[in-house]
Amino acid sequence: MLRYSLKRLISLILSLAVASVVIFTVIEVAPGDPATFMLGVNAQPDTLAALRAELGLDASKLQRYVDWVGGMLTGDFGTSYTYRTPVSQMIADRMWVSLPLALYALTLSTLIAFPAGIYAAARRGKPGDLAVMGATQLGIAVPNFWFAMMLVLIFAINLRWFNAGGFAGWDNGLWTGLQSLTLPAIALALPQAAILARVMRSALLDILGEDFMRTARAKGLSRRQALWRHGMRNALIPVLTIIGLQFSFLLAGSIIIEQVFYLPGLGRLVFQAISARDLIVVESVVMLLVFAVITVNFLVDLAYAAVDPRLRSRT
Amino acid sequence: MTKQTFRTFASVLALGASVLAGQAFAKSDIKIAMQLEPPHLDPTSAAAQAIDSVVYTNVFEGLTRFMGDGSVVPGLAESWEISDDGTVYTFKLRDGVTFHDGTVMDAEDVKFSLDRAIAEDSANAQKALFAGIESVEVVDPLTAKVTLSEPNGNFLFNMAWGDAVIVAPESIDNIKTNPVGTGAFTFGNWVQGDSITLNRNPNYWGDEPALETAAFKFISDPTAAFAAMMAEDVDVFDNFPAPENLPQFEADPRFQVLVGSTEGETILSTNNMQPPFDDIRVRQALAHAIDRKAIIDGAMFGYGTPIGTHFAPHNPAYVDLTGESAYDPEKAKELLAEAGFADGFETTLHLPPPSYARRGGEIIAAQLAEVGITAEIINVEWAQWLESVFNGKDFGLTIVSHTEPMDIGIYARPDYYFQYDSTDMQALMDTLNTTTDPEERAKLLGDAQRLISNDYVNGYLFQLAKLGVAKAGVQGLWKNAPTAAIDLTVIHWSE
Repeated sequence: MLRYSLKRLISLILSLAVASVVIFTVIEVAPGDPATFMLGVNAQPDTLAALRAELGLDASKLQRYVDWVGGMLTGDFGTSYTYRTPVSQMIADRMWVSLPLALYALTLSTLIAFPAGIYAAARRGKPGDLAVMGATQLGIAVPNFWFAMMLVLIFAINLRWFNAGGFAGWDNGLWTGLQSLTLPAIALALPQAAILARVMRSALLDILGEDFMRTARAKGLSRRQALWRHGMRNALIPVLTIIGLQFSFLLAGSIIIEQVFYLPGLGRLVFQAISARDLIVVESVVMLLVFAVITVNFLVDLAYAAVDPRLRSRT
Repeated sequence: MTKQTFRTFASVLALGASVLAGQAFAKSDIKIAMQLEPPHLDPTSAAAQAIDSVVYTNVFEGLTRFMGDGSVVPGLAESWEISDDGTVYTFKLRDGVTFHDGTVMDAEDVKFSLDRAIAEDSANAQKALFAGIESVEVVDPLTAKVTLSEPNGNFLFNMAWGDAVIVAPESIDNIKTNPVGTGAFTFGNWVQGDSITLNRNPNYWGDEPALETAAFKFISDPTAAFAAMMAEDVDVFDNFPAPENLPQFEADPRFQVLVGSTEGETILSTNNMQPPFDDIRVRQALAHAIDRKAIIDGAMFGYGTPIGTHFAPHNPAYVDLTGESAYDPEKAKELLAEAGFADGFETTLHLPPPSYARRGGEIIAAQLAEVGITAEIINVEWAQWLESVFNGKDFGLTIVSHTEPMDIGIYARPDYYFQYDSTDMQALMDTLNTTTDPEERAKLLGDAQRLISNDYVNGYLFQLAKLGVAKAGVQGLWKNAPTAAIDLTVIHWSE
């Protein structure tokens, strides 16, 4: 187990190193000078040079890469070119929106998907199953920003139950904060719930055909009892894998939803930073998200190994 | 479990409703939305207009200032004297003006601010405004003397820009995140990515504003902007990004729509050095190939004033030259044939992100195709536009709105990205800069407008409209945008 973990850890570090080179290169190679962007069309050459020196943009690319990686290793993500505040501080602030939003959406998606998936599996081929499958097909096909706009139209513009967007902040109480995140979380959750419900259903159906399920039925359990006691536990493995993937997606992929609801989260930060050529912010946030995804995968790998001893001897 | 889900939903929804219902309406606060968030709050070291929108006249004031109608009036300078040769300006400052941190605003601060702008390592994005300043002297605490190297008819106008506001040495270090000025509003707080709050300054030297607090919210997505206004989450949208939605606001008694003008001349910028655009007949053909009305209707839903030269139509010195480049595709074809391009030619059309460019570009490309010119559309982000088009001059055509007020002077700079090199224009601008008599200046400006129109330097499309949307009860909003500003001092709610 130790050897396996060590191997996984080395592969994690290598992945991060490769990611840092790719991120830095791609972002630096793209055209657009941050200083020119900030000073606009009437800036004079000496002004631009002064700003470039101030931002440290006059150093060589290699030097800047080394500084960036060195800084991150010591927890210093640098200072934003445009905002002039530490990037770590900005990420921490935005995390307070994006992380709860991702968790909220994941909770909703699970709350919708589990009952729907179990219901469909238990009524395989019957009208209830067909209805759930139809609904999830729709949920996968329709993009989440469309749901977002519909939710705004109904609940914010017509019914006026929610604000159309913005984030009220956690300072005004947990409920005020949650209220700002409800519509975005629902919009994010619906397509994810549709995927998860289908995975849940097919995982359960696979399990239902297994020998041990027949044994369980043979020893006198009803269909429902067998499903709950023996089916669920085994079906959860693929479902949890998908949930893990969905969490990474929700954290990194809420850019559009954050735009639609003008939430001050990580996605919006990246979006603004890209258009403002705030390279250091883009690089650091993307790196952080890569780190989050790779770490989640690493933990999932370890969890698999813990569950299934066969994996330890392989790779 | 299904029941549980429904219960969670229901309670969350009910809670949302109760929170909203509890909100009382206060008439001394306002929520103003704008599309872009300022990168920081120092108007003297960045080009971002969003900075001026938040802080100009609200937090920071200059020696002179713009009014909503575009006129320049005394600001922190109560009055001034100009020497007979037009090179020495003696500003008499207002007495009893303090910065928000309590320090007194005096001539030392004026000297500090101007010296900072003209310094070698100055980060001022509009350094040209201060170009003629030779020295700034403190005569006494309330008198500052500015000496110019040569007369400058625009000097008082230049000093009204947001880039020329008076700042204090005591608070300069943190100006980007904690702006300290002399204005009627103090900086409250900034939730980055979300909003900036300003509060009324109890020690303001001038009239007390009607508003106590103002929150600026940043909503970049046009659909979100529409939803935020419709749901009444915000009271004002400074420059509404979706002109197609305006009729809906106009029809709704809850709202008012303010259609005004900006200083943005929207032009089909042409690379005058790149063949075939170095041939005036080709540029003239371009001008006649363009149907301005179709562009304004198609891209801007009818909002915008056609222009025939690079000058704002609401300015008294404007000359209407749209007739010189009237839509005439047959004439355009003749001119192209004359120039040796009877079969047309291929070029590039770089389009930055704003909708006037992206939508307008599609229409222009179609109009050019009708006279045989194939324009390959290349969509670019601003940073890319600045690098390849503006600095690299690697383009054939591009569409951009030049939003700086009174910027016809760019036609006297041969190294400017459209590369118009005319000694006549340069001489005209030199004369203009040293002319202070208003009538003489208007005449010179007229000559300059005619010159660039006759030389068909660029395709002149339309003056960008300012489209404000507000709740019906909001009064005092600037209809036009002589500069980027949301002047809170004049905004109030009707009873």
